[in-house]
Amino acid sequence: MDELFGRGRFEALADRLLNASAADQTEVVVIGVDAALTRFANSGIHQNVAERNVQIRVRAIVGKRSGVATTNDVSEPALAQVLERAVEAAKRQPEDPDLPDLPGPLPVELVSSFSQATADCSPEQRAKMVRPICALAVEHGLKASGACSSETTEIGIANSRGVRRHELRSSSSLLTVILDDQGSGYAERTARDVESIDAEALGREAVDKAVRSRGAELIEPGEYPVVLESYAVGEMLMYLAYMGFGALALQEGTSFLRGRLGQQVVDRRISVWDDAHNPLGLPASFDFEGVPKQKVSLIENGVGSGVVYDTKTASREGGQSTGHALPAPDTFGPFPSHLMMGAGDTPRSELAKGIQRGLWVTRFNYVNVVKSDRAVLTGLTKDGTFLIENGEVTRPVKNLRFTQGVLEAWSGLQALGAERRLMEGWGGAVLAPDMRLDRFRFTGVSHV
Amino acid sequence: MRDLTDRALDAASAAGATYADVRIERLQRQVVSVKNGRPDGLLEDESQGFGVRVVVDGAWGFASSSSLDGREIERVARRAVQIARASALVLAEPVDLGETIRSVGSYATPVQIDPFSVAVDEKLAALLEADAAMRAVPGIAVAEGSFECQRVRKVFASTEGSYVEQTLVETGAGIEALAVGEDDAQRRSFPNSFGRQHSTAGYEYFQSMKLAENASRTAEEAVTLLTAKPCPNEVTTVILDSSQAALQVHESCGHPIELDRVFGTEASYAGTSFLTLDKRGAYRYGSEQVTIAADATIPGALGTFGFDDEGVPAQRTIIVDRGVFKNYLTSRETAARLGESSNGTMRADGWSRIPLIRMTNINLEPGDWSLDDLIADTDRGVFLQTNRSWSIDDVRLNFQFGTEIGWEIRNGKLGAMLKNATYTGITPRFWGACDAVGKEWTVWGTPNCGKGQPSQSMHVGHGAAPIRVRGVQIGVMR
Repeated sequence: MDELFGRGRFEALADRLLNASAADQTEVVVIGVDAALTRFANSGIHQNVAERNVQIRVRAIVGKRSGVATTNDVSEPALAQVLERAVEAAKRQPEDPDLPDLPGPLPVELVSSFSQATADCSPEQRAKMVRPICALAVEHGLKASGACSSETTEIGIANSRGVRRHELRSSSSLLTVILDDQGSGYAERTARDVESIDAEALGREAVDKAVRSRGAELIEPGEYPVVLESYAVGEMLMYLAYMGFGALALQEGTSFLRGRLGQQVVDRRISVWDDAHNPLGLPASFDFEGVPKQKVSLIENGVGSGVVYDTKTASREGGQSTGHALPAPDTFGPFPSHLMMGAGDTPRSELAKGIQRGLWVTRFNYVNVVKSDRAVLTGLTKDGTFLIENGEVTRPVKNLRFTQGVLEAWSGLQALGAERRLMEGWGGAVLAPDMRLDRFRFTGVSHV
Repeated sequence: MRDLTDRALDAASAAGATYADVRIERLQRQVVSVKNGRPDGLLEDESQGFGVRVVVDGAWGFASSSSLDGREIERVARRAVQIARASALVLAEPVDLGETIRSVGSYATPVQIDPFSVAVDEKLAALLEADAAMRAVPGIAVAEGSFECQRVRKVFASTEGSYVEQTLVETGAGIEALAVGEDDAQRRSFPNSFGRQHSTAGYEYFQSMKLAENASRTAEEAVTLLTAKPCPNEVTTVILDSSQAALQVHESCGHPIELDRVFGTEASYAGTSFLTLDKRGAYRYGSEQVTIAADATIPGALGTFGFDDEGVPAQRTIIVDRGVFKNYLTSRETAARLGESSNGTMRADGWSRIPLIRMTNINLEPGDWSLDDLIADTDRGVFLQTNRSWSIDDVRLNFQFGTEIGWEIRNGKLGAMLKNATYTGITPRFWGACDAVGKEWTVWGTPNCGKGQPSQSMHVGHGAAPIRVRGVQIGVMR
């Protein structure tokens, strides 16, 4: 990969803009992206794309007024203009008496966030990863679809209070949906290093599911004990973060953790945290304000234990940012993008044991929030839903719609899986285990 | 721009492309946000770049860059060719684009007042006036509002001789009030939820929105919802307001008529479609009351443009004719598989993305009922307004929606307010049970339609009026 913007150029740009700024405080953020994605369907590559972009974001604070301007034109006149536009934007704003100062420099623990192999991943290499998946599908009379991506992100952050950060981050992902008219299967791998992804193993996992899901029968909606594979658990975890693991949602009263911090909210075997330093995830050292990322406990042994903060939400409570800011101006608030749930001790092969009649769910599709402050979600099962009878997975069933409170469901935990999968998340990744729950509410079926 | 587009096309052809196109785009966007009487962000956003799309050895390749200079555009064109050659290593079927498209022309959104020419102070003042009116209602915890405008200038050129220039302008705004009680939180929005209502228009659209005039009612409804009855769990008659009817059209008609989904090329993300090829022309999608058209030519609608991102002129296509499914949204490649011509729906979310089949303005044609008459004609049911939640399966059959607010209907009159309203159904059964369509027709803008990998967010429109549907399951959350 050719250099995107580069540390040296970033340093020079930061020096120039910060020195030239007429604002009281100034922040310069560089976000560079070199990304490629190979997409396949009907067992062939049908879309294959690459993107290269460098965005410069300038936040100017004048008194208690703040404005942000961006450009991806890195010519000298455009860079001068972006600073002027940010200062002008700030001056046009009314005062915000609660506007905090930009954060100052804090010691940061640098993580290993970059993979040269991912940065160098070629379209030919991605085609080589896709090919065995397609071949395996065709061999079984199925069609393969999916996406194989590799991405390098360059983040540089500097401000007039002395913050100066620069980091390259890598991510790669391979996912597939294998299907025919009778059934479908799914598998996904996400990693920092693209070479750690075993495409053939992924293909075998999805093909096995697709073959086993052929001839699905209709089953009545209702409450069933379930085994949720980590794909489904990870999706629920992301939506929990969206609904209430950020400080803004808690402060405004829409988080399901409102009034419940320190209380038991789910089974005591469940712990959830955000940790951008953990090498099992997609590491990052700092957030979009340059604040070092902290590990934050969100649910500890089933007890609501915390939320994540940026500078603005932390200042409201007289505290410190936990390093979870999104790029300014941000109306959503801080967000945990390196979510992890602790594993249990039950192997995947034993999770169905103990269920007389229940359902095995591979993953969810089209999940959305029904009621944020009660953590109620709806969505559908997909790519491998099976009946469990007398502790054994017996036959495939048609996809079902669920409408379910996450906390209520996780309070009925019966077993937590020993294996975890890393999946693509919003702005990062999520690491989650499988789980067995005593009940899950299915409210409809996908069938004419 | 001609020089740059020529260099891209020449470089791609010299490297072996049998077809190539290039799009150069410049985006200017402004977002003004307020919350609880304070500024909540002012963003002046600019982005530029280009993307080159090629066919080599029967396979697609695409590469893009933000660096707009001649040498870079040639490098990126050659990279697109390299990528296409890699695609050819695992090819299912060679690309056939059908008939040649040679469009030359230009289009610009009709704008009375350039939204970027108006001072931020004026936009802030309007938002803060609405904000103050909402906060004047006791019980409101958070009042917020936002204004957004954008201008996209784009040039499209192809090796077939197309050269199209377009300038598309959008303006939108919205307000929201959040009421928080002891054990509940309820939100109301105006004119639509999830941020804003959008139009392809200038500042005059923002001036017409009457945010401040509707602020008190919006806030009062949020507060009243805290103590409202929960939506009951029953099967009943449902009347949807036009904004929720628009989203119903979007999810249960707009997506399944995308022909790429039907051919399986979105299977790994967006899904496929229950509207398979065998259903075209005779399948009973809905009742006689239901006629749906795709129309990219409606003035002011969010999915209106002059040419799509393959250079095909904007057009109108009947999708559902008095309940019978007739047509898909198509691209050059998918239409060619049916021996037809594209109906002009390929659009990309900016210079760094390939065009995909996207909704334009998918409109439920109006009927002749007023909303008042619809309610008066209903003995028992519910009236549901403003979307809060949406979900639908991968073939677009089983859906479930939630709305911000609802009311009981008893003996032809609106009764008690309902909160946490949801309804669910199966697409053809739902539309088959639609026995009335209203005449108060509004074009709603949906600025967040997701599709594709890497993800793309498209701006689409939906003309819709209130609808009445019999025998719908409501109250799923209870």
